[in-house]
Amino acid sequence: MTAAKSGTGPVLDVRGLTIALPTHSDRPEAVSEVSFSVERGEIVCLVGESGSGKSVIAQAVMGLLPDSLPLTVGQVLLEGEDIAHAGRDRLRQLRATRMSMVFQEPMTALNPVMRCGDQIDEVLREHTALGPAERRAKILDIIREVALPDPERIVMSYPHQLSGGQRQRIMIAMALVLEPALLIADEPTTALDVTTQAQILELIKTLQARHGMGVLFITHDFGVVAEIARRVAVLRLGRLVETGDKDAVLKRPRHDYTIMLMNSVPDFKPHGRPIAPDQPIVLQTKKLDKTYAERGWFSARRVVHAATDVSLEVRRGQTLGIVGESGSGKSTVARCIVRLIDPTGGEVYIHGEEIARRSHRALRPLRRKVQIVFQDPYRSLNPRRTVGEAIIEGPVNYGLSRSEAFERARRLMDLVRMDAAALERYPHQFSGGQRQRICIARALAMEPELLIADEAVSALDVSVQAQVLELLEEIRERLNLAMLFITHDLRVAAQVCDHVAVMSQGRVVEYGPANEVFVSPRHAYTQALFAAAPGRDFAFGQA
Amino acid sequence: MYQFIARRLLSTIPVLAIVAVLVFMLLRLTPGDPAAILAGDAASTEQIEGIRKTLGLDQPLPVQFGIWLGQMLQGDLGESYYYKVRVTELIGQRLEPTLSLAALTIVIAILVAVPLGVVAAWRFGGWFDRALMGFSVFGFSVPVFVVGYLLVWLVSLKLGWFPVQGYKPMDDGFGPFLYHLVLPSITLSVIYIALLARVTRASVLEALGEDYIRTARAKGLTESRVLISHALANAAVPIVTIIGIGIALLIGGVVVTESVYAIPGLGRLTVDAVLSRDFPTIQGVILFFSLVYVVVNLLVDLSYVILDPRIRY
Repeated sequence: MTAAKSGTGPVLDVRGLTIALPTHSDRPEAVSEVSFSVERGEIVCLVGESGSGKSVIAQAVMGLLPDSLPLTVGQVLLEGEDIAHAGRDRLRQLRATRMSMVFQEPMTALNPVMRCGDQIDEVLREHTALGPAERRAKILDIIREVALPDPERIVMSYPHQLSGGQRQRIMIAMALVLEPALLIADEPTTALDVTTQAQILELIKTLQARHGMGVLFITHDFGVVAEIARRVAVLRLGRLVETGDKDAVLKRPRHDYTIMLMNSVPDFKPHGRPIAPDQPIVLQTKKLDKTYAERGWFSARRVVHAATDVSLEVRRGQTLGIVGESGSGKSTVARCIVRLIDPTGGEVYIHGEEIARRSHRALRPLRRKVQIVFQDPYRSLNPRRTVGEAIIEGPVNYGLSRSEAFERARRLMDLVRMDAAALERYPHQFSGGQRQRICIARALAMEPELLIADEAVSALDVSVQAQVLELLEEIRERLNLAMLFITHDLRVAAQVCDHVAVMSQGRVVEYGPANEVFVSPRHAYTQALFAAAPGRDFAFGQA
Repeated sequence: MYQFIARRLLSTIPVLAIVAVLVFMLLRLTPGDPAAILAGDAASTEQIEGIRKTLGLDQPLPVQFGIWLGQMLQGDLGESYYYKVRVTELIGQRLEPTLSLAALTIVIAILVAVPLGVVAAWRFGGWFDRALMGFSVFGFSVPVFVVGYLLVWLVSLKLGWFPVQGYKPMDDGFGPFLYHLVLPSITLSVIYIALLARVTRASVLEALGEDYIRTARAKGLTESRVLISHALANAAVPIVTIIGIGIALLIGGVVVTESVYAIPGLGRLTVDAVLSRDFPTIQGVILFFSLVYVVVNLLVDLSYVILDPRIRY
């Protein structure tokens, strides 16, 4: 093994990899004749949208493919050894010792009922003959190396006691504790906030350089590619369409698909659309507060300020973006405005009518005026109802006849550029982007005056995201809607917002016209957010 | 945490009070006069009236209840009409057989059902899984007495491995004690094995779909480690809940098995007490059962804290 370790060949060499899909899938193969290599000491980014087969390739390398996805043709050479057809035991030996993997969602990828130290310890107990004291020393070392504070405490912590970034550091520590030659990172920063993402990317780069390992980095995000890659491989529907050095691919993409993908990445520059003055105010919040109090019998009350002193306004035909990281209170504000939760203090006006303290019965006539589109189009549609039923439910509740409601639904399908035949079908028959269009149609069916989009494009692929953003923009213009756009993604915000409110820890820290906030952010937190955004030096939108 | 325990223990008081009132009222509403049963067929009206007087049954109901409640608050459940001993003492005598039977049953059920369920989940959809699911339908649907008599016929009469019936207390030595208890416990455990295996399978199957299982495999762990320290550890809460319910049901549900195998436990005592309208004994036993339910439930809730560190009270 030492000979292989000091060898000169690539760490990973994938040759003609083909993986079959079960019959009756949308294509015969998950991955078709894919060849690429990862050299010692380099980071190769495998880029693709959902369904491109990028995670399947990672699983194939690790030997973790489910039985339903058999590897049919091809070689996977790990340090020269073909492991595509290696036995179960050999693969198990290689995992964590020569090749390791880090996953997307560190909360679910870690065992919630096992202490972090024990989870790292398992790797050592499985693959080494070290005694308890040596193992402990090694665990503390690697925890220090991934720059976690207070290693003694971290070892004893359970995953839920750590932050998202810390959990991902534990995953990385676990993957690297035995110094593998290859690290596969499958969207390791996608679930993290942008500032945390920047730190984790930096960490991976540092560790990679220090240990000289090869990294196969899987991502859908060209910003991340720009930050971390040395070489790039672009995957589309299971086939490699373009490979090359980062600069070559990002600056001079040759394949149409790559060009389309890069054009879909929203630009950082605000759209610069003129803001029409003197429009009536549709939504106004004054000193909105939401606190959660945990009541104990004897202990002191613990109070969490989810939103503090939030004052915003949105005028007709304009879009206000609320930008912030997770836990910043942006969704709390949206939920208070729709009164899905009751605000603790402050006022909310819809067209001048105060609604924050109205009873739910008195609120009913106003509910129609404010509609919301949620993040996950898969879970926000009832799977057992046809699209048509989902869309007409609201209007029918408010007294429209079924035939009128269906007529409206047909017009809306046209507006969201879908076929009216879709009304007869069920949500599972549509893709994510189509479902989000359906959710938008459902919201519009109530003829709202304020449309709230709560991370409405965050779960979508960039190319689909671009289309949905365009659609939202067109709808806002045509229907002269006021829109509240909640997002963690600064690029998206730059594309749609006229005004931006940046939230942090429940407070609005910066609020102003998008042009001003994006061009010259004043608050330190806003500046930090911009600095952390990956790939800010690349102008993707104009490739 | 301690607050939680204190609060839960306090909340047993109203539960037991409600049970006490209900049992007391229901017994007085059912037909059948304890005095008449005690006096026998040939007794005269005066004799029955005399017995009723000594038992205090001639008093108005609220007074009877008051007396009973007063005794109960001093830890006294009254005297059995039929056995003429304190009910607390009676329960004490009958407790060992029932507790032993329940404990052995639950141990057998856990030892058999949990591994079966884990393997079935691991080999989901395979022959083993299907066989186990078939068995569990059988286990649910065949009545306990049928299983009991079948086992007696096969294991005791044909093979002669275990005694047909009877009970030996632990004081007579652990060997004979266990020897007499094995067959009844197996009988009783069939339905719990069926239940527990199903729950284990479902719960482990769910855990096996989680991301941390993929992580565990990516770490190069052996399948047995993946199954036990990752899948089963995360599937433990529903399994322990069912075990807890099982224990509670067992204590009160050993009636049939105790009858089949002639074991002098609480189940038999309950049946006899009901047949002779032995009010104090019935009330005492039922109160005791409800106390066991409450305590077992509390213990199950407390075990969650150990099984899942995310749960805090």
